[in-house]
Amino acid sequence: MSDLNTIIFGLVLIGGAVGGAAVLTWFERRLLGIWQDRLGPNRLGPFGILQVLADMLKLLSKDDWVPPFADKVVFVFAPTAIVVAMLLGFAVVPFSPDLMIIDINIGLLFFLGMTSLAVYSVLLGGLASNNKYALLGGLRSAAQMVSYEVFMGLSLMGVVMLSGSFSLRDIVEAQSDMWFFIPQFLGLYVFLIAGIAESHRLPFDLPEAEHELTAGFHTEYGGMKFAMFMLGEYLGLMLISCMIVTLFFGGWLGPWLPPVVWFFLKVFIVICFFILLRCAIPRPRYDQLMSLGWKYMLPLALLNLLVTGAIALSMEG
Amino acid sequence: MLKSLRSQLTTIWTILQHSFSRCETVQYPEQKPYLAPRYRGRIVLTTDPDGDERCVACNLCAVACPVDCIALQQGTREDGRWYPEFFRINFSRCIMCGMCEEACPTNAIQLTPDFEMCEYDRQNMVYEKEHLQIDGPGKYHDYNFYRVSGLAIKGKDKGEAQNEAQPIDVKSLLP
Repeated sequence: MSDLNTIIFGLVLIGGAVGGAAVLTWFERRLLGIWQDRLGPNRLGPFGILQVLADMLKLLSKDDWVPPFADKVVFVFAPTAIVVAMLLGFAVVPFSPDLMIIDINIGLLFFLGMTSLAVYSVLLGGLASNNKYALLGGLRSAAQMVSYEVFMGLSLMGVVMLSGSFSLRDIVEAQSDMWFFIPQFLGLYVFLIAGIAESHRLPFDLPEAEHELTAGFHTEYGGMKFAMFMLGEYLGLMLISCMIVTLFFGGWLGPWLPPVVWFFLKVFIVICFFILLRCAIPRPRYDQLMSLGWKYMLPLALLNLLVTGAIALSMEG
Repeated sequence: MLKSLRSQLTTIWTILQHSFSRCETVQYPEQKPYLAPRYRGRIVLTTDPDGDERCVACNLCAVACPVDCIALQQGTREDGRWYPEFFRINFSRCIMCGMCEEACPTNAIQLTPDFEMCEYDRQNMVYEKEHLQIDGPGKYHDYNFYRVSGLAIKGKDKGEAQNEAQPIDVKSLLP
């Protein structure tokens, strides 16, 4: 793509991602409603979709308040960081063979780096609020981060071995014979769990935990700053879904339909699965999450790495 | 580990099956719930079959009311019959317990199956007699208190007419 096209596509992507995240709040509530035998928001507009607009208006019209006891600079910076980091992560997602902002040869590492940066937002938000609940949320976020970041990276190395590249376009093209979720089933399982933890969604929303910590790290946030955290969470959900599709379910690959349609169809299904998980699985304690991460997921990721490496080597030799 | 994994997969499958189960929501303003005829809702004052008001301002309802939301002033007509000069129920206090209905000797005060009494102004929750009085006998179509109890007329006290028995003296234990 030419420079101008890239810029236009980038702007469209930002608008689409933010708008998509907004619609996703409504979609998630409707879907949760269906699975919990109730309706969800259905009053405003067709199927209640204008609820998104009403929520947005409400959040925009709220007082933009910074508590006097908070660390002001960090307090304002934290919600911005998560949105910026998650949006940057979208830069490397290959939507179709020629529809992506940038195809760098370390695309996968870039994605891992950007999602890891988003954790700072939660940590700093919890720290800067100067509030007990927020601090506990930030603390849990730190505990969660040290338990999932390790196996998250390791779980993807099997994919890298099979495709022989860190570039996401090459990874998708390497799946033309077989999607990686068959040979890399363990990798998918481990990455799925790490992905939920990364996007701080139920069942791993330990930093937020509204039942115990009121709202965890964003207890003191309101109005647009709170909306930014929610936006970041939903952007994270979409980004992780995009990555799962790209890395394990063959990205844009598929018969008959155009590549972009295939990509978004798969992303949609993965997002539905994430919402189903939220609906079904209770939240573990954070020590349980840590022991799960270090005692089961890390060994599983290493085992996956070992076996994949051995098979890749024997295929070559 | 494997056991808990299996348990979680079962949970996910169960939740997924709920995609096809019926929704339990009753969409209230459009879909009204069924209210039984004896549902205890808004309070009314009824009239007897002849169209006269039943309330004799005996104050028993106000005494029975556990939240003291009933206020009334007794007045006397020319023929000596009591009637309420004003009758006021503060519905922002009323708990719809139905004690007033049980206490009423003339079946005047009755509760109806209507609970939609929202107001923007709290003062509008105070109902006066003209808001409470309805033009009908309510749940008891044929009941007229004075037909049952008898009535003193000029020259004849209660129970002195033909085919009448003396009223029971409720304040005595003698047979």
